[in-house]
Amino acid sequence: MRKAILAGKHFWYGDIAIAEGAIAAGCRFFAGYPITPASEIAERISKRFLDVDGVFVQFEDELASIAAILGASWTGAKAMTATSGPGFSLMQENIGLGVMMETPTVIVNVQRGSPSTGLPTLTAQGDVMQSKWGSHGHYEIIALSPDSPQNAFDLTIRCFNLAEKYRVPVILLTSETVGHSAGKVIVPPEDEIELIQRKKPKVPPETYLPYKADKDLIPPMACAGEGYAFTTTGLTHDEKGYPDMSPEAQEKLIRRLNDKIRKHREEIVEVREEEMGDAEIAVVSYGQVSRPAKRAVKMAREKGIKAGSIKLVTIWPFAEHVIKKWAKQVDYFLVPELNYGQIYLQVKREAAGYAKTILLARMGGRLITPEEIYREIRRIGKK
Amino acid sequence: MEQKDQELHPMDKWLRSERMPHIWCPGCGIGPTLYAWVRALERVGIPRDKVVYVSGIGCCGRGCGYLKVDGFHTTHGRAIPFAIGIKLTKPELCVNVISGDGDLFSIGGNHFIHACRRNVDLLVICTNNFIYGMTGGQLAPTTPIGDYTTTSPYGNIEHPFNTPHLADAAGAVYVARWTSVHVRRLEQSIAEALKIRGFRYIEVLSPCPINYGRRNRFPEPDDMAKWLRRSSIIRNGADTSEAQIEKEKPLILGNFVKRVGKPTYYDAMKKLKEKVTREAKAEK
Repeated sequence: MRKAILAGKHFWYGDIAIAEGAIAAGCRFFAGYPITPASEIAERISKRFLDVDGVFVQFEDELASIAAILGASWTGAKAMTATSGPGFSLMQENIGLGVMMETPTVIVNVQRGSPSTGLPTLTAQGDVMQSKWGSHGHYEIIALSPDSPQNAFDLTIRCFNLAEKYRVPVILLTSETVGHSAGKVIVPPEDEIELIQRKKPKVPPETYLPYKADKDLIPPMACAGEGYAFTTTGLTHDEKGYPDMSPEAQEKLIRRLNDKIRKHREEIVEVREEEMGDAEIAVVSYGQVSRPAKRAVKMAREKGIKAGSIKLVTIWPFAEHVIKKWAKQVDYFLVPELNYGQIYLQVKREAAGYAKTILLARMGGRLITPEEIYREIRRIGKK
Repeated sequence: MEQKDQELHPMDKWLRSERMPHIWCPGCGIGPTLYAWVRALERVGIPRDKVVYVSGIGCCGRGCGYLKVDGFHTTHGRAIPFAIGIKLTKPELCVNVISGDGDLFSIGGNHFIHACRRNVDLLVICTNNFIYGMTGGQLAPTTPIGDYTTTSPYGNIEHPFNTPHLADAAGAVYVARWTSVHVRRLEQSIAEALKIRGFRYIEVLSPCPINYGRRNRFPEPDDMAKWLRRSSIIRNGADTSEAQIEKEKPLILGNFVKRVGKPTYYDAMKKLKEKVTREAKAEK
């Protein structure tokens, strides 16, 4: 039997790194349905869960998988599912339930070419907006996007920490390129992995209100079988968790569900900035495109073009404050992405009035090369 | 009122009295079904803090908000997989799914048969009122042929599910059918099911005088209850394939199936883990 945390140096696919990151974060319930290019995560976990006494279930579909991880989370377990576009679409309704019931869970979306069945074995970044708005209603959610197997391992752990802290489903928005490329992954020893656990109630069951938030807007969470006899619902509810069909209850609840993320934006948002000090052109990228973007910036610098790189590790909530800050310095934001302009629209909105935003769009199927991004930087630089 | 601190009913401790009155119509069968369920829980002696109640959407879905147990009012059709997540991560809990026929057999039908097949340790109770009650009386997968609903205004042409037969065929270890007017027998059946491990299914035929009855030959509020009592015959151990509900034919009730020896999903999983662990040790 192997340990939960395989401290040491490994050569892993991104999908394997995600499975190992989840186990290292304490994930002990996984529910999923086979789908390319995410199946390797389920396969790895089905084997490895035996070492850590976890529960793996291959469900009949993605509808069941997401429902089951919500249920598991309500016993206190850390729970995850992994899928790709078509399965992610099926999960949307219960992602909304997770938001409404404030259930910590992690959903991995290994993006592939889309819409519909699209390109099952090839990469894309078409699900950025779906991650934000896929379920009905107005809500805030957290999504992180890794660019390498190492980053996938690290961010999977961070996904669990954010889910536990903010009581919200967290999406690891990766892609086929990261899932199916192998790289060096260093797993730190157990005592160097920082884990966050959800807040538990400090009051006796008689006075416990399951949806009464603390000052940080997050309510402590009792779990099934702990004697709190709480009730929870996908309906609009009051602090007791009882359905309340009044506009006042809706106003109060929806504002809090959004604000608990928005007010912690700066804490949740992670970006990596390089060569931004005197940059006039900033390449804003995320996920696998960050790697060619970084290379392209280096090529531009070698030719004396003042280019810099902003890598968005956190996709949602959006790094508004970061873009706003740099918009006052740079002339252009260049956004290369594997869709027809999704994060581009976010950047453009924040930069409006200060800097121009230019989209470099590829519809997916293959990665954008450093040369393609460099050519675009050079073209902009000549303007 | 002086009655404030007085226990009004022996079952009051199960009830969130502050939430009364409930949303259900007079003559509805959901209340008696829940009454039989809590009576059975008491009878079997399952502590309240070990009971979990998961429901889906619809009239019956609202039940979990009225009872003083850990209650999860989930999305339409997904009560069973949600409950599986709870049961497999905290197997010491008594996990119950109580939901309607539309929720369990239309939108949630796939989860039902797969949970039967896997034999997850759940008690599933379906209040079958032959209709979508909450949304105003639309056609359900249990509506008898020829019946009128708001979406089959000229009569239903679809063949309804025989849900006990479906559960039996998919591998449930306990299958029964009662009605909400057979409260005592229903309670006995639930108590029996609570003592068994594995996927247990009880269908409870339940009146919906407002949205089903008044459109289908039961104009008075208690006509449906009378029909359930008068036209039913009890045949314990009956072949579930003969339990199809048809107009003008008797309603067959009873405890139909008790399958012995089929391991639950959790037990099979534990056994497999032990086997693999043993083999790994032997190799060393």
